[in-house]
Order: sequence, then structure tokens, then C-alpha cells
Amino acid sequence: MPDAIRITNLRKSFKLGFIPRRKEILKGISFTVSEGEIFGYLGPNGAGKTTTIKTVLGLIFPDAGTVEISGRSHLSPRAREELGFLPENPYFYDYLTAHEFLAFYADLFGLARKVRDGRIASLLKLVGLAPSAHLQLRKFSRGMLQRVGLAQALINDPRVVILDEPLGGMDPLGRKEIRDIIVRFKEEGKTVLFTSHILQDIELICDRVAMIVDGRIVSQGKLLDLVSERVLFTEVTVAGLEAEALAGLGECLSAQGGRVLLRVFSEENVERVLRAADERGGRVVSLIPRTETLEDIFVEKVRQT
Amino acid sequence: MKVGAIALNTFKEAKRDRILYLLFFFAAGAIIFARILAMLTVGDRLKIVKDVGLAAISIFGILMAILMGTGLVYKEIDKKTIYTLLAKPIHRAQFLLGKFLGLVLTLFIMTGLMGLIFLGIVFAHSLRFEGRLLIAVLFIFLELILITAVAILFSSFSTPILSSIFSLSFALIGHLSWGLETLIKKLPSPAARAAARGLYAILPDLENFNFRTEVVYGLPIPPAIYLHATAYGLVYTAFILGLAVLVFRRRDFI
Repeated sequence: MPDAIRITNLRKSFKLGFIPRRKEILKGISFTVSEGEIFGYLGPNGAGKTTTIKTVLGLIFPDAGTVEISGRSHLSPRAREELGFLPENPYFYDYLTAHEFLAFYADLFGLARKVRDGRIASLLKLVGLAPSAHLQLRKFSRGMLQRVGLAQALINDPRVVILDEPLGGMDPLGRKEIRDIIVRFKEEGKTVLFTSHILQDIELICDRVAMIVDGRIVSQGKLLDLVSERVLFTEVTVAGLEAEALAGLGECLSAQGGRVLLRVFSEENVERVLRAADERGGRVVSLIPRTETLEDIFVEKVRQT
Repeated sequence: MKVGAIALNTFKEAKRDRILYLLFFFAAGAIIFARILAMLTVGDRLKIVKDVGLAAISIFGILMAILMGTGLVYKEIDKKTIYTLLAKPIHRAQFLLGKFLGLVLTLFIMTGLMGLIFLGIVFAHSLRFEGRLLIAVLFIFLELILITAVAILFSSFSTPILSSIFSLSFALIGHLSWGLETLIKKLPSPAARAAARGLYAILPDLENFNFRTEVVYGLPIPPAIYLHATAYGLVYTAFILGLAVLVFRRRDFI
């Protein structure tokens, strides 16, 4: 079975500025998204995430390299029939109602009226907008627009869904709902490629990730392979002792309300802190080992570049 | 089907545009004013009603085509609605054709309404239904189709203000280029005549669609002239739309 998305040596530059200067945005991007996985694409602002996505969608033509969707050229209408896309900060035709808008996009896929209306009803229910079906989009909040955007991305029941910052502008409850919907895509066998600045979301739901920094992929692979189980440090909160009593055992992060929060970097020192608390009448309130996170890797890669 | 869906959405968008109603209001006002003007004039009053009425339909129709046509594609890019639209399985040519047809449908309805008001005013003046006037209105509409294509061409790579200036220049040149015919006859040098002929072939001649004099004065119009004007309009429109597709085909939407 071919990969859902295969990007090979993608290069793109633009002429920017009043006196145009060529700036290379993508410097030979290569990665694949396998069928049925949730793939996270992350990078700092201006790294080239959206340019990559727009190239996959045929909105931007690459200077070099190839993009395939399910083994076909990304520019072929057949490939696009299997694709759903939600842009970052979506803006849609504000004079249409949610139902009219989805009906318009359904017509672009040539769906029969009966199928179309049934799908619109189920999608509006899925994204929690059924009560607002006949409300004009101009009256929608940003979160509601994001939801209707997600619904339009699914109107053709796509096999591959590309979501550019799908959780931006959502409240915590909305973010959880959208995350749950993305996980449900996977259960239905759909492939998801999504970009996000919120690394926690990527960590929670992605199978694999690729990191782009300054137009280059600096790291990619399975999340479990990238994030090591190694304990970086332990955060220990001790009550009933002064900070001075624990001096030299770790980095004091805060000392207030009779509690001291220490960052301790070795197991020996953790044991010393526990012993000191026991001997001097203190009490250990919490002890949290911190393993490496995606954010740590991300920050390290960005700094290296 | 896909082109139809885009055209219908464009029509929905266009009919919400306030400029359309403002121009329609002024056009209707000008047509009604023609009757008042006729009452204050000595001579053939009916001819003044017809002349001014048809000129109003033409001028306001051109303004509608330019002011709305130049914003059509630009708005989609500016508001980023084009991102989700072109990510669907449609060709860019289908997108442009849909936008074009949507505006043509809007202009058809507006020209029809202006035509009805005009016929009503003529009827109020002469108590006769003059169906022949519709020929002039029909060819004004054909001219509007061509100008819409031109507006969409400029809109596919330029801002609305620049596109409006370019399109208006096209319309003005198109209505003045017939003067070159007279110039060609009067030029002494064969080289200058050939150059003027070349220029005349390139420049649009929108007077091909002007049947106002014939209709107002009741002059005969040979069928070949109708055929020539229709063919000229359709071929020129297809050529301009083809150019627009060429420009739009390889454009990056950053």
C-alpha cells in the first residue's frame, strides 16, 4: 500500500520585499505519512510548515521535489478527492449559513443531494454545530468557525485529512473535543497530518512527528523513539523546613508558605533531601520525576539551528 | 456541476454587494430622468428618451461589470477562502469560469431589470411597446460579458483599484478605437497605415456592440452585422478568459 503522503526533497523559494530578494523557505523537505496514522508536523513560526502544507494542496508550486498523495500526484483531481483540509485561522463566506456553506463545498465533490444533506447533518452534529446550522457564518465565533472548518474538511469523507493549527482559537473544552475527533479519525482508518504550536496536543495524540526548523526537517520519527524515558530531574516539595536547610542539594525554585520547591538533579541528592526532611522534622509533600518531553527536544533542536 | 456551484455562490455573493444596488439605483434614476429631460426639450422627445435610456444602461452596466468583476477573484485571495476552495478537486480554470459565469448571471438580471424599466418609460411616453429596443440592450449585455472577462483577467493578478483602472481604460479605448478606421483612410504613408491597421486589430472595438443609433432611428440592420458582433464578442471573451486562466494557472497563493 502506498504512503498516504510522500514528500521528497521539496524546495521552494519566494521573492520577498520591495526590492525583491529570493528567500529559500523549504530547503529539501522529505517525509512520509503512513496510512492510518496521526502525524504531527511542528516547528517555530516561519519555519515553513504552512508552505509545506500549501504545496501538498497545490496552492503553491514547488521549485523542486515531488509530492504524492496515496501514490498519485498531489495535483491530480483524483488525489484531491481523497483529501480534506482545514486552514489556519479559517475564514469562510460569511453571507452563507453553515448548511449552505457545506452544501456548496459538497457540490464541488459532486455529491448527490440526498447523500449531501445527510452528511451535512451528521457533520454538524459531530462538530457540535447542529443548532447553528441555519445561522450565517458572520455570526459565528472563532471557535465555531474552526468547527465548521473541520466539518468542511470532512464533507467528502476523505482518507487523508490535513489540519493546519486545528486547535488554535479553541477553549480548553473545545480543544479536547477536537482532539477526540482527530483520534476518532484514526479509529475510522483515516490518516491525519496536522500542525500545531501546542506541543502537548501533539504529544497526546500523534503516532509520529517531524520537526521543521528554518526550512529543514531536523528530527522525525515515532514519538516514543524521540522522547527518552530518562529522568532529567526531580521536583521535590518539602514542608516544615527552611530553604537553607536544603542548601546544596538542588536548585531552589520557590520558598513560600512554609514550603520549599527544589529541582534536584541526581538520585543521591533526592535521597539526601528525603533524609534531611525526615531527620529535621520536615514533610515531603510531593516528589515528581520529570522525563524528557517533546518540548525539551523541540527547544534543543531550535537552539541548535 | 462544479462550475455551476461556484457560479451560484458567486451570484449569491454579488447580489449582496451594495455597489450593485447603488449603481442600479443610479441607472434607474437616469432612465427616469430621460423622460423628464425629454419633456423639457424641443424636438423628437421619444428619441431623447431612447438615447439617454440606452446610454444609462450601457454606462452603469459597464461600471457594474468593472467594479464587481475586479473584486471577485481578489476577495477570494484576500480573505483566504481560495485556500479551501482550490484544495477541492477543481481545476483553476473551473474556478475562474465559475466566478465569470456567476457575475454574468448577476449582470444578466440587472441588465434585464434596467431594460424593463427602460421599456416601461418608453411605453409611458409613446404608448407603444418597442421590442426592437431589446436588440440594443442585448448587445449591451454582450459587451458587459466581454468587460467582465477583462475585469476577471486583471483581478487574477492585480489589486481591485489597479484592475478597475485597467478595465475602465479597456472600455474607453474600446469605444474610441473606431476612430482609427478614419485615421487609416487619411494617413498618406503606407507604413503608417499598416501600423495603424495593426493597432486597430489588437485594440478592442466595443462599438461593434453599439446598435443604439440603428434602433433609435429605426434604421435597418443586416443579419450579418448581428452575426459579426456576436462572433466578435464571444471569441474576444474566450480569448481574454484563456489569458486569465494562463495567468492564474501557475500562481502561488502564499
